[in-house]
Amino acid sequence: MSGYPGYDPKSGIEKWLDARLPIVRLGYDTFIFPTPRNLNYWWTFGGILAVILMSQIITGIILAMHYVPHVDLAFDSVQHIKRDVNFGWMLQPMHAVGASMMFLAVYIHMFRGIYYGSYKSPREVLWIVGVVIYLLMMATGFMGYVLPWGQMSFWGATVITNLFSAFPLVGESITQWLWGGFAVDDPTLNRFFSLHFVLPFAILGLVILHVWALHVPGNNNPTGVSVKNVDKDTLPFHPYYTVKDGFAIVVFLMVFAAFIFFMPDALNHPDNYIRANPLVTPAHIVPEWYYLPFYAMLRAVPNKLGGVITMFGAIAVLFVLPWLDTSKVRSMRYRPLAKLFFIIFVLACIGLGWAGAKSPTDLVFVTGTDAATGAPTGLSFLWFARILTLYYYVFFVIILPVLGLVEKPKDRPESIEKSVLNTTHEEA
Amino acid sequence: MAETVSTPSENPSRRDFIYIATGAAGVVGAGLYAWPLIDQMNPAADTKALSTTEVDLSSVEEGQQIIVKWQGKPVFVRHRTQKEIDEARAVDVSTLRDPATDEQRLVVNGEGKYEPQYLIMIGICTHLGCVPIGNNAGDYDGWFCPCHGSHYDTAGRIRKGPAPKNLVLPPYQYLTDTLVKIG
Amino acid sequence: MRLSKLTATIFATAALGLTAGSAIASEGPELKHVEFSFEGPFGTYDKAAAQRGFQVYQESCSNCHSMSLVAIRSLGEPGGPFYDEEHPNANDNPVIKAIAAMFTVTDGPDSEGDMFERTAKPFDHFPSPFPNEQAARASNGGALPPDFSVLVSAREHGPQYIYSILTSYEDEAPEGVELRDGMNYNPAFKGGQIGMPPPLFEDLVEYSDGTKASVEQMAHDVVTFMAWASDPKMEERKRMGWMVMIYLFIFALLMYGSYKAVWRDVEH
Repeated sequence: MSGYPGYDPKSGIEKWLDARLPIVRLGYDTFIFPTPRNLNYWWTFGGILAVILMSQIITGIILAMHYVPHVDLAFDSVQHIKRDVNFGWMLQPMHAVGASMMFLAVYIHMFRGIYYGSYKSPREVLWIVGVVIYLLMMATGFMGYVLPWGQMSFWGATVITNLFSAFPLVGESITQWLWGGFAVDDPTLNRFFSLHFVLPFAILGLVILHVWALHVPGNNNPTGVSVKNVDKDTLPFHPYYTVKDGFAIVVFLMVFAAFIFFMPDALNHPDNYIRANPLVTPAHIVPEWYYLPFYAMLRAVPNKLGGVITMFGAIAVLFVLPWLDTSKVRSMRYRPLAKLFFIIFVLACIGLGWAGAKSPTDLVFVTGTDAATGAPTGLSFLWFARILTLYYYVFFVIILPVLGLVEKPKDRPESIEKSVLNTTHEEA
Repeated sequence: MAETVSTPSENPSRRDFIYIATGAAGVVGAGLYAWPLIDQMNPAADTKALSTTEVDLSSVEEGQQIIVKWQGKPVFVRHRTQKEIDEARAVDVSTLRDPATDEQRLVVNGEGKYEPQYLIMIGICTHLGCVPIGNNAGDYDGWFCPCHGSHYDTAGRIRKGPAPKNLVLPPYQYLTDTLVKIG
Repeated sequence: MRLSKLTATIFATAALGLTAGSAIASEGPELKHVEFSFEGPFGTYDKAAAQRGFQVYQESCSNCHSMSLVAIRSLGEPGGPFYDEEHPNANDNPVIKAIAAMFTVTDGPDSEGDMFERTAKPFDHFPSPFPNEQAARASNGGALPPDFSVLVSAREHGPQYIYSILTSYEDEAPEGVELRDGMNYNPAFKGGQIGMPPPLFEDLVEYSDGTKASVEQMAHDVVTFMAWASDPKMEERKRMGWMVMIYLFIFALLMYGSYKAVWRDVEH
């Protein structure tokens, strides 16, 4: 999106450099970029994610200086980091909690994208690049969780790699190829370490593409109305959004710091403080919280291959989301029905996470007791997860396509500027 | 842009103050954040705990040398023969490249007790860090560095070759007549 | 803003989810509610309790339980039970030296190629009572006494759990419970049957500070010690945590001030 006058080198040196390597121009164009003036705090999570990604890469490089990827030494080397390395007690939780914080931020970022229709034309590629980043994050996070070589590391790795054995004919070969053996063992740990180290740089590259793809059409905004007049509708990113993002980043860092310093193990499972033992499976294998919704979907389907397909399909459907949603209106602010279904969708995702943390036979609520055995009856988490999984798919495959055709949207403001003035006056 | 930052309705000095304060706080925070990232590369607590080592000299027989590891480096502990001691003392100190008397080679910082037969040195050539060969090697019956041909005498002093200094003495002290604490 | 209502709904539900999540923890036998000095954002280890707990560990538990990830010196490092400001380097702390001298470790090989035993030094880790897992199981009726290094972190509600185990032994199993051979009845342990015989009994140790060595007192002390062993940097972590939080709070206020100043004349 063009709008503001570009970089104008004044001094001789600036002109000289600009003619040879226009790096200052690149920075200028990136930061003095016309940005809708009505972005709310939900839009700050992109900046928050950039900060966490950098933090993860820095702390990750540092941990790799002290960590030993060997089945006999990995567990001890993590303890060595926490006990003996200078500030290791802080750097290790920064990285482990950082992973959770990154997923927390990315989920908010994605829900925001869905609510305001940020995936719709002309931002389909921007959205797809984002989904690829999310997929790589899942892979990176999973492999990172294996590295401390605790019980959950080992059994998480075993369960997830076994998913691939569900595929007919090639399944067995794929799992052996992933393991480099006949079970999760030293070769697996070594390759996971290698990939866990390198994938974040792939993510970083994709983030650059993501920002590039953002800067072609420009930001969406809460009204979903496109920028019509750059002077009236937009502000330069710097200083307006650097300070707003900066404020949000610092507030987010407070949450981050509260976990690092006061409850570093709150998001971890105690079993991961037990050295990996290939002969003993923990009573409940629970993945990290950010995978729980997908874990619930996996268990919701009685067939092994079916479960795997359901789980991966839940991410795959995000790739085609821009073409599933038929509505011409971007923001759900003006789509009352869509907004209602969206709220249910968010609750369904949280509910799936809840179901993923529970045993499938546990009850969500009790309705009575079984006449024969006296055992309580009610809605089991298995069926709870099945209902929510169904809704997850229905939301994307049926509700969004149909709603776009039948729903009557509310009136939208003519322009971003008009919407800003109206709200301000309403509130005043 | 309909409005800009520089509207006269605002007090510019107060505004500048908040910008400067914010920027300063950010710079200070970044600096404090950077320190753990740097300090983590310094020796860890377990490494530092190994920074002293004790050696029982009675186990070294006359005319023999043992090598003990101290801070990851080899330390020569040689039980010298009377002939070696006499050789070391017969040298005119003023002709040496790095002048030091035999006594000065036996005590650290010129104080404390010493036993003339026990010579304790860091076994790293002062030229480029190789480990010299011992047991009366070289032209001066002491140590000889195979890398670039430095010759050390029976007191570990440089006599010939490219090395600029005598073999370095580690900090050590006698706990008893035969027990030495290095580090 | 219209989204604020939506936000409220989502956060309320998330909060609900979190409470539901914490209910997971309450599975299994009920734990005794007992308070420890190291809980909460200001909590620190009760040094006297940790020292007594070390005595209990050293005289009793260490006969079966290893603590292989913990170095003896760490007892005297900042935050440790025997830290002494006069000896910031734990290697010079006479108490630590004396403790190290109580242990024998295997070292080597010597110049003959043989392993040999020597008195432990502060930099050594606590020696394990058994050479390997198989030997530990063989000596304990097939059960493996868990390593203490991170045991408190490795159990849900670790301090309360271990305290409950130590203080819930009953001489007789209730009717209907058939104890397997060599097992002991302990309702705090999952299944009620535990391989470890009651490890604590009245006046098992003699505390030098005159504290009465009741089972509850010893359990409380040894849990404090084990909590320290699992998380020796906790005090430093919380102390720095408060400084970081205060800094971030001030920085957030300044950022908000800058934000308001920059946006002052813009309607948005």
